[in-house]
Amino acid sequence: MGTCMATAHFKEGIAGERLSPAEYADNFSDLHPPLDHHEALVESDRCYFCYDAPCMNACPTSIDIPLFIRQISTGNPLGSAKTIFDQNILGGMCARVCPTETLCEEVCVREIAEGKPVQIGRLQRYATDIAMEENKQFYPRAASTGRTVAVVGAGPAGLAAAHRLARHGHDVTVLDARAKAGGLNEYGIAAYKSVDDFAQAEVDYVTAIGGIDIQNGKALGVDYQLADLVRDYDAVFLGMGLGGVNALRAEGEGADGVANAVDFIAELRQASDLGSLPVGRRVVVIGGGMTAIDAAVQSKLLGAEEVTICYRRGQEHMNASEFEQDLAAANGVTIRHWLQPKRVIADGGKVSGIELEYTALTGETLAGTGETITLIADQVFKAIGQSFVPGALNGSGAAIELDGGRIKVDAEGRTSMAKVWAGGDCVVDGREDLTVSAVAAGRDAAESIHRALTSNGRA
Amino acid sequence: MADIRNDFVGIKSPNPFWLASAPPTDKAYNVIRAFKAGWGGVVWKTLGEEGPPVVNVNGPRYGAIWGADRRLLGLNNIELITDRDLQTNLREMKQVKMEWPDRALVASIMVPCEENAWKAILPLVEETGADGIELNFGCPHGMSERGMGAAVGQVPEYIEMVVRWCKQYTRMPVITKLTPNITDIRKPARAAKAGGTDAVSLINTINSITGVNLDSFSPEPMIDGKGTHGGYCGPAVKPIAMNMVAEIARDPETRGLPISGIGGITTWRDAAEFMALGAGNVQVCTAAMTYGFKIVQEMISGLESWMDEKGHRSLGDIVGRATPNVTDWQYLNLNYVAKAHIDQDACIQCGRCHIACEDTSHQAITSMVDGVRHFEVMEDECVGCNLCVNVCPVDGCITMEPLAAGVMDQRTGKPVSPVYANWTTHPNNPMAKPKMPEPAE
Repeated sequence: MGTCMATAHFKEGIAGERLSPAEYADNFSDLHPPLDHHEALVESDRCYFCYDAPCMNACPTSIDIPLFIRQISTGNPLGSAKTIFDQNILGGMCARVCPTETLCEEVCVREIAEGKPVQIGRLQRYATDIAMEENKQFYPRAASTGRTVAVVGAGPAGLAAAHRLARHGHDVTVLDARAKAGGLNEYGIAAYKSVDDFAQAEVDYVTAIGGIDIQNGKALGVDYQLADLVRDYDAVFLGMGLGGVNALRAEGEGADGVANAVDFIAELRQASDLGSLPVGRRVVVIGGGMTAIDAAVQSKLLGAEEVTICYRRGQEHMNASEFEQDLAAANGVTIRHWLQPKRVIADGGKVSGIELEYTALTGETLAGTGETITLIADQVFKAIGQSFVPGALNGSGAAIELDGGRIKVDAEGRTSMAKVWAGGDCVVDGREDLTVSAVAAGRDAAESIHRALTSNGRA
Repeated sequence: MADIRNDFVGIKSPNPFWLASAPPTDKAYNVIRAFKAGWGGVVWKTLGEEGPPVVNVNGPRYGAIWGADRRLLGLNNIELITDRDLQTNLREMKQVKMEWPDRALVASIMVPCEENAWKAILPLVEETGADGIELNFGCPHGMSERGMGAAVGQVPEYIEMVVRWCKQYTRMPVITKLTPNITDIRKPARAAKAGGTDAVSLINTINSITGVNLDSFSPEPMIDGKGTHGGYCGPAVKPIAMNMVAEIARDPETRGLPISGIGGITTWRDAAEFMALGAGNVQVCTAAMTYGFKIVQEMISGLESWMDEKGHRSLGDIVGRATPNVTDWQYLNLNYVAKAHIDQDACIQCGRCHIACEDTSHQAITSMVDGVRHFEVMEDECVGCNLCVNVCPVDGCITMEPLAAGVMDQRTGKPVSPVYANWTTHPNNPMAKPKMPEPAE
C-alpha cells in the first residue's frame, strides 16, 4: 500500500482505482449485516406485541409486524416470512431499503420508551432471507382465468402487481426498457443496501410463482405503444417510474464532469469491478434527498477525497431521513445548506468548480441572497429530483390525464383511460416515492384489476 | 446499619443466605468458593449411607424454561444425592467447618427409612462439627423410587417417625426438608413438629417435565430417547413456595415453628419476602447455578439497604411481619374498592392494557379518544382486577388506586363504605353468619 496507494487516492480529476480491491470490498459490504439466529431471538423478544400496533399502521404495505416478530421468537421463521409476503411480496428488499427510521421504527413504542426501537427492518430481513434461501413459495396460483395483463416496468410496483395478478390466475407479461428487471431495486439503490445481487434473486423469487413473463429491452413509446397493449391485453398496469432528471438550471451545466446522480448510481450497481468506476477527487452533489445521499456516500466510498452535498434549503427540509444524513456524515460527507447552484465553472471543458449562491426563506418564498461561494470540484452530481416523461404515453394515442406532471389515478390506481391502471413513482396518489409505497400501489392496483376482470368479464 | 446476622435454631451465620443442598454444595471446592464470595452458610449436598455411592445419569441432568432474552425462569434436574463416597464428604465437611467456623454448615441426609440406618450415620456427621442436619424428605426423582426422599415426605407418619429417631440419636438441631409434591403442606409440617423437629425447610423441588423434544417426541431432559420427571426450581416456583411457607407460618398447629425458606430466591427482595412470610432464613440454589456465587453480594447489600431505609434493625424485625396479613378469601374486605390508573406521561402506547381488558376482562380501557390513540381507564367499568397492571411493560405506569370511603364508585353508583365487610356476612352467601366474626390473624 503506502505511497503508491496514497498517490492513487489523491489523483486529480475523475479517476478510478483510487482504492485497493480490499478497500472497495469493505466499503461496499452490507450496510446492516443480517441478524444471526441468536441476535434475531434476542431482538424479537423485545417486541411488546402491541395492540393495533403503531408500526403496522406506519407501514405503507400494512405488514402485521407484531405477528411476524412473534413468529420469529417462537421459532417459526417461515410463518413469519409468509406474514410479511402476504402484504409485501418484495418484503426482502424493503427490509433492506425501507427508511424504517421514518416508518415502522419511528413509531415503535420502544422508540418512545427507550429511544431504541425494535429493529423491525433487520428482523424482516432475517425471516425473508430464510424463506428466500429455501425458495419457499407460499402462494399457489389460482386456476387460470384466461385473462392477460400487461405490466409496464419491472420495478417494485410492476413486480408487486405482476405477482398478485399471477396469484389470481391471470397471465402477466412484464415489459421493461432496461436490460435487467428490478427497476430502482436493480439500478437505483446504494450498493451497500443490496449486496450479493439481491435484486435479481428477488425477481427470481417473485416470478417463481409462474405466469409472469418478463421481457427486457422493451421501452414504451419506442418498441411498442400503449394503444398496442390496450388492444392486445385485458388490462394494463403502468409502473415505469420516472425517466427524467431535473436540470440544475445553472450556467455551464453541460460541462464535462456534470452527471446525473441516478446514472452514477445505476452505473455503480452494474459495475463488476468498482475500481474501474471513475470518481472525482472533489465531488459536489446538488440535492437533499435519498439520491443525493446515495451518490455522495458512494462517491466517498469509491475514494473521493472531498464530497459535499449542497442543498438549497435547511436541514429540516431535507427529504433524506436523519439516519441517511447521519450515514453521510459518518462517511465523511459534508452537508451544506442554503446554497443553490449558480454556475458550473469549467476549465478546458471540464468541471473545475461550482459557484453557489446563498439562499434565504422569506415566508414561503426561497430566494438567493446575492452572496456567492465557489467550491472546487472536478465532478458535480445532479440529484434535485426526477420527473415523469409523459411523451411515451401521449405519443401513443389517447392521452392519459396527468396531475402535476405525473399520471393521475383514483384510489384504486385506475387512470383516466379505460383498462389502464398505474402505480409507483410515475403516478400522483398521495404515496411517498418509496419502494414500499410502490409495492403497495402495485399490489392494490392488481386487486382492482382482478376485481374488474372477474366481475365484468373484460375490463 | 442493619444487623443481618442470623441465628436459626441456634445455628449462627453472618447473614441469612445459605446455599441449599444441591450441586453447588457437593464438595469442599465449591463450598469454599461460596464462603469466599460471602454466603452465610451451606447445606451440604445430601449424604447417603456408607457403601457404594449412587450413580447419576451420564447425559443431561437439567431442563429449563426461559423468559424473554432467554432468561432462565425455571430449572429442573434429575440429579440424585451426592455420588461421592460418604467418608470423602465427611472429611471435607470437617475441614471446611474448621477453616470457616463463622459460617453455617448443615449436613443434608437421606438414608433408608430404617432406624439403624439413621442411627449409624448421625454420629459420623456429628463428628464433623456440622452445625445441624437437614432431613431430605423432598427429592422427587430417583431416590423416591427407592423409598427415600419424597416417598418419605409424602407420608406424614414416616416423617414423624424419622424425625423422632434423629432427635433421639443426635444433639444437632434437626431441620426437616419438605416436599411440595403433596396436596396440603400443613400435614407433613405438623408431622415433623410432632416428631420434635427443630425446624422445617421448604420447598424441595416440584415434579416436572420442562419440555418435549418435538423431533424425537421425548421429554426433556432426554436420556437416550427417554425422559423422566425432574425436580423443578428457580424463579418460576417462588409463588408456590411462598404460599407453602405462609401456610405453615399461619397454621395454628405449627405457628412459631422455625422455617428455612427455599424456592426461586434470586434477589434480596425475594429473600425479604420469604422472611416476611415467616422464614427465619433462606436457602438459594438456582440463582447461584445461573449467575455464580457473586449474587450473594447483591443480596446482602440489598437487604441491608432496605432494612436501613425502613428502620429495621435486625432480622427479627422483619421475620413473620407479613404472616398476620395472610388470610382466607372469605375474610377479605369486600367494601375495599380500587381502580386502575394509567400515568399518561409514563404510557408508551403499546395498548396491551386495552386489549387484555377488552378481550379477556371488563372492557374498561379505551384505545381511542377523540380519534387519537389513547389508553385510559373507564372507572365506571373498571372492577379493579389488576390485569392491566400485570400486562403493562412499564414499571409503575399503571397503578391501583384505592377509593377513599365516601367516594362514589362509578361502576356501582354507590359510595365506598367505610365499614369492613366480608363474605361471611354477605347477603349473597347462603352460609352467611348472623354476626360478623373477627378476621383471621
